Amino acid sequence: MGHPQSAGRFLRDEVRARRHDQSLWWVRQQRDAAARRVPDWEALRERAEAIKAHTASRLGDYLEEFERHATARGARVHWARDGEEHNRIVHGLLAERGARRLVKSKSMLTEECGLNPYLEARGIEVTDTDLGERIVQLDGRHPSHIVMPAIHMTREAIGELFHRTIGTEPGLTDPKALTEAARQHLRQKLLAAEAGLTGVNFAIAETGGLVVVTNEGNADMGTALPPLHIAAMGIEKVIPRFEDLGVFLRLLARSATGQALSTYTSHFHGPRPGGELHIVIVDAGRTGLLGADGFRRALQCIRCGACLNTCPVYRRSGGHSYTWVVPGPIGSVLAPSRDVVAHQTLPFASSLCGSCSDVCPVRIDLHDLLLRWRQEIVSRRVVPFGRRAAMRVASLVLRSTSLYERVGRLVRWGMRVLPRRWVAACSLGWARQREWPVPPRESFRELYRRTNGRP
Amino acid sequence: MLTVALFVPCYVDQFYPQVAFAALRVLERHGVRVEFPEQQTCCGQPMANSGCASDAAALAEKFLRVFGGYDHVVAPSGSCVAMVRRHYAALVGDRPGVDHLATRTYELCEFLHDVLRVTRVDGRFPHRVGLHRSCHGHRELRLASGSERMVEPFDKVKTLLGSIDGITVVEPSRPDECCGFGGTFAVAEEAVSCAMGRDRILDHERAGAEVITGVDMSCLMHMEGLLRRAGASLRVMHVAEVMAEAGA
Repeated sequence: MGHPQSAGRFLRDEVRARRHDQSLWWVRQQRDAAARRVPDWEALRERAEAIKAHTASRLGDYLEEFERHATARGARVHWARDGEEHNRIVHGLLAERGARRLVKSKSMLTEECGLNPYLEARGIEVTDTDLGERIVQLDGRHPSHIVMPAIHMTREAIGELFHRTIGTEPGLTDPKALTEAARQHLRQKLLAAEAGLTGVNFAIAETGGLVVVTNEGNADMGTALPPLHIAAMGIEKVIPRFEDLGVFLRLLARSATGQALSTYTSHFHGPRPGGELHIVIVDAGRTGLLGADGFRRALQCIRCGACLNTCPVYRRSGGHSYTWVVPGPIGSVLAPSRDVVAHQTLPFASSLCGSCSDVCPVRIDLHDLLLRWRQEIVSRRVVPFGRRAAMRVASLVLRSTSLYERVGRLVRWGMRVLPRRWVAACSLGWARQREWPVPPRESFRELYRRTNGRP
Repeated sequence: MLTVALFVPCYVDQFYPQVAFAALRVLERHGVRVEFPEQQTCCGQPMANSGCASDAAALAEKFLRVFGGYDHVVAPSGSCVAMVRRHYAALVGDRPGVDHLATRTYELCEFLHDVLRVTRVDGRFPHRVGLHRSCHGHRELRLASGSERMVEPFDKVKTLLGSIDGITVVEPSRPDECCGFGGTFAVAEEAVSCAMGRDRILDHERAGAEVITGVDMSCLMHMEGLLRRAGASLRVMHVAEVMAEAGA
């Protein structure tokens, strides 16, 4: 099922859809207020963009520099070509140490790789410790948002889910009580964990250090107790210098939630005493983007989610209507590079309003990239023949002024005299909820000619 | 006397002749000689936005042939002008004259504001008007600063509208959210498109608008279609119609 169908289904629950839209618009407003308080916000965005573009231009060098320095600090670096290899490495690390209970802090990369089902099929208990991610895990689903994984759910639905899965009393809807129940539940999982896995927000080439930002402190707790810390990162997470970090930290939380800084900014420079740190660096299609001239900028993404929050289509269709784990504008740019046929509806799930490009803290021209994907999809003939043919016919008509005038007259005449039902049937869904404009007898040019420009 | 070529978007030509005449009158009233090159058809935007680049390029070439010789081209549409200014280079960038055309094609209000330096539109329009900021004019032509960007605020269309006697420009709570028209998006994503349009209308209604205006008739056509289906009293008028009626 493509995005239009799933979105239509999401919109059928009007109350929930409205709440979804309003919650995320509120986050967008928080972002605006936070950004406004930073002098030279736009200059900061430009700086971030320049750092990312520079890094991408010599990504291999920076990754190797990062590996050297991380290794010197006592970490072990592993390289994974794709999700499958990443999962195999993680499982291998756990299996070698006999670890059967893994706690994870937020990582969209492991969602992308399908790590949870891979490990669960091999007898390992995986617990997501980010509250939102734990909620969707208990619900057997994927995050619908990259920063707020359970934003698609109402607290009533979460109360029901907790009652069913972690034994809270029925009818609990108070957010505080629900959070407390989750905290107690997660505390047990964290205490019993034999390994902790985190994502990575920034990997610093110059120092070999990792930075993870969370609001719940779960990355710290998940790595402070068990002896094994595995950090999974995509190749695009590396930044050259420690001083670059400040540029991104100033942008990230403000863009994501409107916070000046997330509650926790955790630095991991080497393993903690007596522990092990393994860093898995994953490609999974990213070098393909790096090599594709037009799409390279998509790798600048720092996963703040601002483009989701501002996207009027995302807000009204929910993250699960996208066919890829990363939804919204950035997901719709990334997904087709993985499988253009499976994700062919995503670049069209945008009105190209351009809000995403203006809100993006690293200035990815998202709506231009979506348009670029549309061209790719058409030129690779993924789009059904009918749609391509319709545009070809329209283009042929419009190339000839006289043909255009005759077809225009015919269409207006048809709309006036044919039964409404017929016209509606020809309108590809335009008239399902909307009226057509009332066609005038004469077009502008006909009137202009007849009256010499003075009707 | 300054001469401009009027580009009338194809759907305006066919469905909204009064909008094109309004634009013509507004330009003439500001002392401009207006020509309407009759060979014009469409800028190619529907094809370009559908990803059909070669079909769009053929129309871009035609547009260049028809309008390339003019020093000023003006259209009552932000998105068609954005097509010429921002997207022709990628389609027919190797043709001589494309750069000239791209920098010399203006949206109507932009032309009044930037080229003619109009600060006051004469006339009277004693109504409460909601300004819909159509996305391509808004973000691709930068007709206004935009709610996302942290820059010195400006709004060319609102400045002109607000200068009309008796008018009250009301502000919806979301100043520049998309109405969901989006060209083929309106039918490809019909459910989301209509939901977006209804939300926009509601926001303008709550702000107390009697009229929704904007620089793009396509967005207004979409909202008008929803309004008429709902039997609502709120009207849509192109910004050229507001200016023309004010000055009549």
